[in-house]
Amino acid sequence: MLSKRIIACLDVRDGKLAKSVKFVDTKDIGDPVEKAVEYYDDGLDELVFYDITASSDKRNIMLDVVEKVASDIFIPFSVGGGIRTVEDASRLLWAGAEKINVNSAAVQRPELIVECAHAIGTQNVVLSMDILKVEQSRDLPSGYEVVINGGRKRMGVDALSWALRGEELGAGELVVNSIDADGTKEGYELTLTRMIAEAVSIPVIASGGAGKPEHLYEVLTEGKADAALVASMVHYGDYTVSGLKQWLHEKGVKVRLNH
Amino acid sequence: MSAARVAIVDYDAGNLGSVRRACQEVGIDAQITMDPEVVLHADKVIFPGVGSAASAVDTLHSRGLFQALTDFFTSGKPFLGICLGSQILLEHSEEGNQDCLGLVPGGCEKFDYKDRSLKVPHIGWNEIEISQSHPMLKNVQSGDEFYFVHSYFTLPKKEHIVATTYYGHEFCSVIAKDNLFATQFHLEKSGKKGLAILDAFRDWDGAQTC
Repeated sequence: MLSKRIIACLDVRDGKLAKSVKFVDTKDIGDPVEKAVEYYDDGLDELVFYDITASSDKRNIMLDVVEKVASDIFIPFSVGGGIRTVEDASRLLWAGAEKINVNSAAVQRPELIVECAHAIGTQNVVLSMDILKVEQSRDLPSGYEVVINGGRKRMGVDALSWALRGEELGAGELVVNSIDADGTKEGYELTLTRMIAEAVSIPVIASGGAGKPEHLYEVLTEGKADAALVASMVHYGDYTVSGLKQWLHEKGVKVRLNH
Repeated sequence: MSAARVAIVDYDAGNLGSVRRACQEVGIDAQITMDPEVVLHADKVIFPGVGSAASAVDTLHSRGLFQALTDFFTSGKPFLGICLGSQILLEHSEEGNQDCLGLVPGGCEKFDYKDRSLKVPHIGWNEIEISQSHPMLKNVQSGDEFYFVHSYFTLPKKEHIVATTYYGHEFCSVIAKDNLFATQFHLEKSGKKGLAILDAFRDWDGAQTC
C-alpha cells in the first residue's frame, strides 16, 4: 500500500536557510545542505527547496546548493522559486533536483507548464499554488483565489479551476498552499485541500499551517492529501520527522517507518 | 582486481546524474554513455530511465543501443534495469503497441482507476513483497519501501517475478531473468534501502543464486 509522504520545505535565500512567516520577516536559521542530510537520516520522504533569493544575479548559488544536496541525499527533492523558463528548470534538474516547482510564472504564462512537462516529463513538474480564501463570486466560484509573488498579488483566478487547468496542462503533482494558514501553526486549510484533492487525479501536497501532529493527521485523512508539507515544526526542533511518522503510524496512517 | 567497468545507458530518458551519484555512494564508479561499443564491452550495465517507451525505443534504435543491449544481455554479464528501463526489457508496451527489447516475455499495461482515490501516476513510497529470493535482494526484505513514479506496470511470466507491490491491485515491481534484474521503483531515490540494492549490484556476478 502506498504511504502518505512527509515532505519538509526549506526556504533558501542567498544559499542560506530561511523560514518565512506570512511571507514577511524572514530570518536565517542555518545551512540547507546540513538540514537536508539531518532529515534524510531521520527518514524524511521528500524535500522541497524554495529559492527566495531576491536578486537574480545570486541565483547560481542555488545550483551549488542543489548539487551538494544531490550528492548527499538519495530521496526525491524538488526546487522552486523563480523558474520562468524551461532553461531554468533544466539547469536545476541537471544540478540534481528530481522535480521542479512552478508557481507565479505559470499563472502569468500557463504555457510554462506545457513546455516544462514536454522537456523534463510530466512527473517532474510540480505546480505550486498560493491560495487565498475569498468571498464566493461568479468569477471565483470556489471561494478561493490564486495569488502570486509570495502572496502579494491577487490574480482574479479561481483556485479550483486553476488546479484542474494545471493538471490538464501537464503538472504531475500539485502543492496546495494556503496563504491564510501559512505560518499560523493552527492547522492546514482542510476544506481547500479536500476540494482540490477530490477534483484532480494527480497527487496533492498540502502546505501551510502545520503546527502539531494532529494537523498532519487531519489533512492526510479528512483533507484527502497524498502528502503533507512541514517546515517550522521540524526546523526549530519542536518535532522530529521520525517522531511525527511514528505518531501518524500509531493513529493508523500508512507512513514509511523502516528506512 | 581492477574496478569493474559499469556503464549507465544514456538514451535521453531522464536525469542519469542521480543514478551515477547513487552508484558513487556505494563505491561503483559508473560511466554515463550513449556509445554502443562502450555498453557492449562494459562489465555491468545499468539501464535507467523515465518518460515514454515509444520515444525511448526510437532513441535506442537511432543510437545503435537496441542491438548493443540485446548482445550485452546474451553475454551473461550483470544487467540492471530501473523504472522505464525495466519496462522496455519486455516484448511490447501498451503505449502504441511499441516493440521493445523482448529480453523478458510479456508486456506492459497502464494503471486505470476510474475513481480518484487512486492517483495515476503511482507516485511515492510503497512496499515490496519478495516472492523469490535473489542475490540482488540480499540486503533488503519484504515490507521495505521504495520510491515509485510510473503510470505503466510490467506483466512478465510468474517465474520472472521476484517481488510485487500493491496499488489498487498487485503488480510486478521486481523482475529477474538469468543475468538480468530490474526494478520498477527508483533505486537511486529510495534512500538507504535503494542504496542497499545497488550495493548488492556491486558484488553481483549475474547468477540467479547466491
